[in-house]
Amino acid sequence: MLPLTLGASELPLTLLLACPILGAALLALLGHTRIGAEVNVLVSAATTACALWLTAEVARGTTILVYHELFFIDSLNVLLVTLTAFVGFTTSIFSRPYMRIERDQGRMTAPRMRLYHAMYQLFLAMMLCALTTNNLGVLWVAMEAATLCTVLLVSVYRTPAALEAAWKYFILCGVGIAQALFGTLLLYLAADRLIGGGEGALLWTHLEAVKTQLEPTILSLAFVFLLLGYGTKTGLVPVHHWLPDAHAEGPTPISAVLSGLLLNVALYAILRCKVLADGALGNGLPGRAMVVFGLMSVLLAAFLLHRQRDIKRMFAYSSIEHMGLITFAFGLGGPIANFGGLLHMTMHSLTKSAIFFAVGHAAQKAGTQVMDEIRGLVQISPTVGWGLMLGTLAILGMPPFGIFASEFLILTSAMRQLPWAAPLLLLALAVAFGAVLARVQPMVFGETNVKRLPHPPALIPVFTHLGLGLALGLFIPPFLVNWYSRAANLIGG
Amino acid sequence: MIALLTQAINLFAAILLILAFAMITQRRVLNLVHLFTAQGLTLVAATLDVGYLTAQHHLYVSAGATFLLKVVLLPILLHKLIDRLQVRWDVEPLLNTPMTMLVGILLVAFAFNLATPIAALSSSIARSTLGIALASVLLSFMMMITRAKALPQVIGFLSMENSLFFAATAATNGMPMLVELGIALDVLMGFLILGVFMFQIREQFDSLDIHHLERLRED
Repeated sequence: MLPLTLGASELPLTLLLACPILGAALLALLGHTRIGAEVNVLVSAATTACALWLTAEVARGTTILVYHELFFIDSLNVLLVTLTAFVGFTTSIFSRPYMRIERDQGRMTAPRMRLYHAMYQLFLAMMLCALTTNNLGVLWVAMEAATLCTVLLVSVYRTPAALEAAWKYFILCGVGIAQALFGTLLLYLAADRLIGGGEGALLWTHLEAVKTQLEPTILSLAFVFLLLGYGTKTGLVPVHHWLPDAHAEGPTPISAVLSGLLLNVALYAILRCKVLADGALGNGLPGRAMVVFGLMSVLLAAFLLHRQRDIKRMFAYSSIEHMGLITFAFGLGGPIANFGGLLHMTMHSLTKSAIFFAVGHAAQKAGTQVMDEIRGLVQISPTVGWGLMLGTLAILGMPPFGIFASEFLILTSAMRQLPWAAPLLLLALAVAFGAVLARVQPMVFGETNVKRLPHPPALIPVFTHLGLGLALGLFIPPFLVNWYSRAANLIGG
Repeated sequence: MIALLTQAINLFAAILLILAFAMITQRRVLNLVHLFTAQGLTLVAATLDVGYLTAQHHLYVSAGATFLLKVVLLPILLHKLIDRLQVRWDVEPLLNTPMTMLVGILLVAFAFNLATPIAALSSSIARSTLGIALASVLLSFMMMITRAKALPQVIGFLSMENSLFFAATAATNGMPMLVELGIALDVLMGFLILGVFMFQIREQFDSLDIHHLERLRED
């Protein structure tokens, strides 16, 4: 059992959750003034500061339990909290000029900007709540609330395609999340027998303490429902159909946070459930199920990449591929694969959101998301062009970027633990490499057809993310290695 | 009296299953709303019953909340939607009625099979109804998938939530209060968002037929 400091540090966690919630209220009240975007950035910055404070609090590997154990922080979720707050912050910086251009082009109106900003903050708040809660029921409620916020965000352009994507997203994720609720219910049933009913029976820390005594029959069924349910939100094949549409039709900042953050949060929910199911079953079945789902996602997504015409759809499929790879890694289990999975989660979030930032401005410059009609970005805007090119190389796993390191870790553990899967993964990665590079190369180089933008694009976030990815690819500082190892041990395997 | 009330839970479960079958085959939207209201009422009765038998007073609160939300508020909103959108008639399911029934029966058999080992382990007095609850969930899934119009899909979504709620009551005497309130809030918000959506879809397509939503092809 980890050392617990009960009630010692409510403050940073309270502020972390309060910042985006109050921010959402403030942005809704402010209405359609011009400073909405700036307030959005400021609130996100404050949230990031709270996340860093929280990180410092638990840096030594302690677990914090607060509010009658309703919230808790350990090495695993603080990692994702920091990542979520940080990417939320940089995306808000990117969103400021991006949404201003969209508004000038008539795709956004003033009331919709207000909705957009308020929902953006509420969405971040719900993700942070899902990450920090100790109660699996509250985790479900927060995931569903995050879904509802993003449904509104995806549909914000009100075009037929956007409405269709949002409707599909709602119905498919509604079915998915209902399965997760049934899974949670079964977990509660198992816990009810063991530690009695009431709030305590859904608290993860309580369940974790008795995980080996949980009824295996119930837990195996519960895990299937939870994996399918939260897997729908993670975008795992075969329940991924909402993902490309929602990414392609919503505003680009939302594609960035969907891909970079929401998928991670859903996978985090699966991980927490896997720990319990592993403890109860003791036969590695949950891990094997995750390996199968992960492998299917990697393979299918890789082979669908070359058929895409829309640039955001293509990178959405790339997200399915990478989430599949991460699920595969956690399915393998063990300290190295888990470490690789966590590193890949971080790298994918940073890199994929950077790509979406570059893609957003590229699509605005060309006036289309169709890849065949975007040409020669570097000639007009070298920063957007190179941002897209470097981001693409990074996401495809070229050294020295961080994704190379995490993919290398995952592949080597696959070779050791599951030799037949390694060639399949390599094949998928090679296919993805060819497909994506062949598409992106002519968009970046060659004769140009793009125009200048009315507002200077925000490219600091792109290069900050890519720089971080590069730095972590070259050298991971020892304190980060310790932190990731502790988190990897929490997942077990 | 106690024996009678224990029997009554099975009765309510059976009514829920019949209502679920009625819903998947019902073609008139207005009747679907009536069936949904009846489902809500049955749920309230079952919750009160379990609450009385197990002396769990928080179930009374959740029965009250269910009554307000699912028997009063949501049906009123649904009726308003139907009036405003003028979609009283003619829901064409993607499967014909006999086929729907057949698939439904298979789903029920599957659900019972799945629930048997778990129900055997449950200590709740209403455990034998877990299979029925799961069957109703699956039937609601089917309704969401096979209906072509937006409003029946939404009613499917709501009825699925009702079934899950019944599963919670049947298997575990209800989830913790905090979680139940959160779920109810999410359902209400989801419903309101879908309601707004339906107006927007109508504005864009002049119809609530989901078939119009086929521009985004599968790749």
